Amino acid sequence: MDERIIDIKHVSKSFGDKNVLRDISLYVKKGEFVTLLGPSGCGKTTLLRMLAGFLQPDEGEILMDGKDLTLVPPHQRRLNTVFQRYALFPHLDVYDNIAFGLKLKKTPSDEIDKKVRKVLKLVSMSDYEDRDVESLSGGQQQRIAIARAIVNQPEILLLDEPLAALDLKMRKDMQIELKEMHKKLGITFIYVTHDQEEALTLSDTIVVMNDGKIQQTGTPIDIYNEPVNCFVADFIGESNILNGRMLRDRRVSFINQEFDCVDEGFGEDVPVDVVVRPEDIYFTTDPARCQFKAKVNSCTFKGVHYEMWVDTESGYELMIQDYDPYPVGSEVMLYIDPDDIQVMKKERLANTYGCKVTGEGKVQFLDTDFECGTEGFQSGDSATATISFKDVELLDHEEDADLVGNIVSILYMGDRYHLTVKTETGENIWVDTNDIWDKGDFVGIKILPESIRLSKSAEGNE
Amino acid sequence: MNKRSSWALPYFIFLVLFVVMPLVLIVLYAFQDASGHFTLANFTKFFTDGDALSTFALSIEVALENTLLCIAIGYPAAYILADRRLNRSAVTVVLFILPMWVNALMRTLATAELFNMAGITLGKGTLLFGMCYDYLPFMIYPIYNVLNKMDKSYAEAAEDLGAKPWEVFAKVTLPLSMPGVVSGIMMVFMPTVSTFAISEFLTNNKIKLFGTIIQENINNSMWNYGAVLSLIMLVIIAITTVLQGSDSREAAEGGAI
Amino acid sequence: MKTGTRILSKAYLWLILVILYAPIVFIAIFSFTEAKSLGNWTGFSLSLYKNLFMGSMQNSSGLISAVENTLLIALVASAVATLLGTVAAIGIYNMKGRKKQVMSFLNNIPMVNPDIITGVSLFLLFVFLHFSQGYLTVILAHITFCTPYVVLNVLPKLSQMDPNIYEAALDLGATPAQALRKVLIPGLRPGMISGFILSFTMSLDDFAVTFFTRGTIGLDTLSTFIYTDARKGGLTPELKPLMTIIFLVILAVLLFINIRSAKNEKAS
Repeated sequence: MDERIIDIKHVSKSFGDKNVLRDISLYVKKGEFVTLLGPSGCGKTTLLRMLAGFLQPDEGEILMDGKDLTLVPPHQRRLNTVFQRYALFPHLDVYDNIAFGLKLKKTPSDEIDKKVRKVLKLVSMSDYEDRDVESLSGGQQQRIAIARAIVNQPEILLLDEPLAALDLKMRKDMQIELKEMHKKLGITFIYVTHDQEEALTLSDTIVVMNDGKIQQTGTPIDIYNEPVNCFVADFIGESNILNGRMLRDRRVSFINQEFDCVDEGFGEDVPVDVVVRPEDIYFTTDPARCQFKAKVNSCTFKGVHYEMWVDTESGYELMIQDYDPYPVGSEVMLYIDPDDIQVMKKERLANTYGCKVTGEGKVQFLDTDFECGTEGFQSGDSATATISFKDVELLDHEEDADLVGNIVSILYMGDRYHLTVKTETGENIWVDTNDIWDKGDFVGIKILPESIRLSKSAEGNE
Repeated sequence: MNKRSSWALPYFIFLVLFVVMPLVLIVLYAFQDASGHFTLANFTKFFTDGDALSTFALSIEVALENTLLCIAIGYPAAYILADRRLNRSAVTVVLFILPMWVNALMRTLATAELFNMAGITLGKGTLLFGMCYDYLPFMIYPIYNVLNKMDKSYAEAAEDLGAKPWEVFAKVTLPLSMPGVVSGIMMVFMPTVSTFAISEFLTNNKIKLFGTIIQENINNSMWNYGAVLSLIMLVIIAITTVLQGSDSREAAEGGAI
Repeated sequence: MKTGTRILSKAYLWLILVILYAPIVFIAIFSFTEAKSLGNWTGFSLSLYKNLFMGSMQNSSGLISAVENTLLIALVASAVATLLGTVAAIGIYNMKGRKKQVMSFLNNIPMVNPDIITGVSLFLLFVFLHFSQGYLTVILAHITFCTPYVVLNVLPKLSQMDPNIYEAALDLGATPAQALRKVLIPGLRPGMISGFILSFTMSLDDFAVTFFTRGTIGLDTLSTFIYTDARKGGLTPELKPLMTIIFLVILAVLLFINIRSAKNEKAS
């Protein structure tokens, strides 16, 4: 079971000047159900298409059973793909779609017959042989697409968001069927999706990707319970993500309060990110257990549980899920178990950019000229510019702005929003703000001269 | 796959050879005299030749009138054809395009003969009528195409917001159908300016249009002067193309039936 | 909708149709009489039809070879244009940014250019290259103005196609050539067919481009034959039955296709 079937080593890929994959290394074990999970544009589909052979890596190599796959054309690879919108051949009927691969291999027709029937039965589509593929429903087309791939008995089945086009009910049913099919066939499944719930339900291993990089690899339970960074915590499930400070081993402070936790090894008095799942904050009536008090500001029924937002006395907003509702406006007592506090190292403390001093009081970074104090620097010097998150100003217009960008992610930190803004040149600027923006918003970015701190280069080049 | 973009290479070479090069040659010949030396004489000749200039002016005038006539007659026809409540049969549309399959020269000759029989003297009136007759389908079809593809809910939304039927037409349908009108204009205006055989037949050689002088010059081996005349037409085409933007593609799709 | 409007609009359509068809009907009527010139009725006769089929008119060899040339040129030109245009469309579809813009721009030129410009410019090209003009130059010229329409008819079929369909074929073990033959071409076929038909009819109907590129070897298509004939003063009378027959054949074919497709639509 521990045999590696796919080994991806240091693979990078860019389209034009956009880096889609950056130094990806990953292995897949034989028979595993692996899911590549991430938002659109994270590079997961690119990686899958490389496995299928439709794209070549710029750097790095992909091994299958220890042999380099790079120069093997798609039609000679022992893996098959289920495409996003199925890519069934509209001019062929169900039977001929499924038989397509077998016919190319010059399989005898009675054997084709047998195999097609068998696989149709497997996907519960017997008696559909003569149907026109365009007359089938989405779910049926999906089954035929799977049948067309597995009839060739590939060692690996690649699935590119195969359920994305189906409605919710259908999707749930197909998830169960896929899982069963995986068990029955015993082959390796590599599955691409942006739906975290789907990934949690189906996978043996989840690979969370963002911005061309692997964020975390692990079992669904690991990923959910111990996210390694804010992105993973936010992307998988609901989370309260908060700024914190690791005081010493097993002691952390956040929302102006100290808590016991189980994490160690961060050092003393270090800024960290803290994640608490909304179902892990408990209500209590026992003042002895109460760690902090809050006031309920909204309560919504979500089917199984209630989702409540509370304001803590220290001025933070938290999300709590519970089976019992608490009325809006009521004062509640809350506590969190040490086990349920997940502490993560901060990825960055401020924006840092390599810059060039272009003159007295002038620097250039992010392809833009800025003014700032340049005492101690000569024109032409390289330096590092540091701007704290809260000092970046966002504007809803381009005039007055130093540069422009798009908001690519928004993280609510309990008392502020932490935004990632991608500039036109593809660099990220991180911003803390209390203003409400939407993902995808086009914004002007302004950085005041007094907010830019210059330091000698060679350290902290982002 | 990126590599498949190279499939366009043979056609690219073909286009350079048979489209770009010939156009470059028009420019080249326009600036040369018969022995191949650079000259502006061909241009001076055109701009001082009263006959050529008046023919040019007349051609533009006839083309403008013909285009307007085609819009005036063709738009209502296209509108009726595209309206499901007024016309349910696709066959009617085919009937409008069918005459194009009969040789245009033959049809024009017959039209001229019809005028003769009716005792109408061939002249500018018959020229306009005949031109309109020849080019009307080219105006109807693109307008029909756009109107037919138009989402009916735009008109319904306008009605829902309180527009009277004529307001629906003036404020929604007409503006949205402009791409069709524009490509109709492209398919009528320039060909009218440059036509030669048709105008000869329809006026019994009494009225010369610009196309005819181009043809006469080329046929009499006055290539350089012919090139200048062609270049002038090219300039007009360039101007009208820039003015109309890139809407012509849409209407030209589905050009076949 | 008021019935008044409906009747009025029907009447309008029919009025235009009557005017559009008048010359054609006129030709058809006078194909059944012996007189040489149009509009001169000398009693019902089928002799023009007889002459046409027996090849026993004055200028019979000229007319027959003009018809043959027209068909030959149209067939070759539209076949080559369909091939060239389909391959080009696949290439253009897979292009991005500037390259794609340049190709679409170049592809648009022959469609925007009036026939006479296409004709004159190609004439100058052949003169410049000292290329002797005849069948080859006419066919090349026809390919030039036909191919853009093939490209425009194939491109939408490409964008309607599932973008992964070619890769799906490769994935299932097809070589690129097999994927092209078994999956891409069948999907593009409707666009290729309409591109071919459009090319064929435009080539049949072309006059100006042929006129400038046919050279002086006496190559005639139907259009140039009619033009020279008419300039000389008397139309070969057998043209009338020929045109009538062509028209009726096309009418029958088009009505057949349309009625059948309308039925299919209703059936499904």
